[in-house]
Amino acid sequence: MKLHLTVNGAATALEAEPRTHLADLLRDQLLLTGTHIGCEHGVCGACTVELDGAPARSCLMHAGSCDGATVRTIEGLVDDPVMALLCEAFSAEHALQCGYCTPGMLMTARDIVLRLPEADEDRVREELAGNLCRCTGYRGIVRALLAVLASRRRPGSGDPDSPLSGCLA
Amino acid sequence: MKPAPFDYTRPRDWSAALAALAAGARPTAGGQSLGPMLNLRLAMPETIADLRHLPGFGVIDQQRDCVRIGAGTTHARIEDGAVPGQVGAILARIARNIAYRAVRNRGTLGGSLSHADPAADWVTVLPAFPGHAIALGPEGERRIPLGCFVTGVFAVALQETELLQAVELPMLPEGTRFGHWKFCRKPGEFSKASACVLALPGSAPRAVLAALDQRPLVIDDAAALLAAPEAEAARIVEGLRLADPWREALARVALRNAAQEAA
Repeated sequence: MKLHLTVNGAATALEAEPRTHLADLLRDQLLLTGTHIGCEHGVCGACTVELDGAPARSCLMHAGSCDGATVRTIEGLVDDPVMALLCEAFSAEHALQCGYCTPGMLMTARDIVLRLPEADEDRVREELAGNLCRCTGYRGIVRALLAVLASRRRPGSGDPDSPLSGCLA
Repeated sequence: MKPAPFDYTRPRDWSAALAALAAGARPTAGGQSLGPMLNLRLAMPETIADLRHLPGFGVIDQQRDCVRIGAGTTHARIEDGAVPGQVGAILARIARNIAYRAVRNRGTLGGSLSHADPAADWVTVLPAFPGHAIALGPEGERRIPLGCFVTGVFAVALQETELLQAVELPMLPEGTRFGHWKFCRKPGEFSKASACVLALPGSAPRAVLAALDQRPLVIDDAAALLAAPEAEAARIVEGLRLADPWREALARVALRNAAQEAA
């Protein structure tokens, strides 16, 4: 079937079997290999992308259902200020080891920062439960997220709505 | 981990959706249960009919004394408070603990209820409400009481020619009490035992025990359970003769805790 997607801002026309899932489309046809494939049944979170503005499992979205969708992958967030803060914090807090889960973790982390600005550690852990890290790097990942949340809450750090307000300690 | 080949169709109106169903298509909404089953080849339909683009599929309509929730309403919208009133607050609390946000953004109330995984949250909670599932078939609309919608493990009261269009729930009167408890070893996984109790003033409280290897147990008059949660939960669960003592203990605790919260 023919399908049309907007991927990282660019309109894209593709040809695929209806059974092909979005993660394979992104990786094999568009060479966007930042989206990783882990369990392929919606449990591990490695393939998480932004679909029509909200995080979704790209391994569970088959080509037919994706037709007309707007997709943002980790590559599309290079210039995103929240993602920049998260990347810096992930590095500072040693929140990745092998890096396999990291793109999915970052997509989820960005959603947490934007949707739940008041999240505490318990809430962060609960919200991260759908992303598995087999290096067991959760402590660093949670610390990185909490650092970004705290930096955006810090008083006197300029416009609180600006993602660049404040900086990491 | 790749699905077997299938055809895809996207009906634009309900009569086209019913026609696709009559032709043997497997309906899907958010695809968060069917997706894994396709990838694992537990399901190998010839054709998938994607219901997400049907008119009104995700619409929430508050009427005078009830709220009609389109079957395609996502768990995430319910979590974020799209359903008004106390009924909305109860549903939001349940929705927040369904799987993970990335799944809740796509998965739907109607899809989950029709799929009828015995451990699913709407399968546990909705049968407690004095509301209806609105089925649409070739003969028109049919209202199915929620208490008898789920008929077994992955089995519901829809006929093969019918689709679930919406769920209709009453607006809850002041003084309504609700209790819910489920056990997951990890947040977001399917529960190992789930129960809820809904007590509307002036009518018999209803209780549901689910995540069993059978259809959910709906208790139409749970007054005795609310009066003596510990003893009555033990008596009810003993009657189920569950094979696994661990699951039996969890079911007992689920029913007791839900009753204690609602008492």
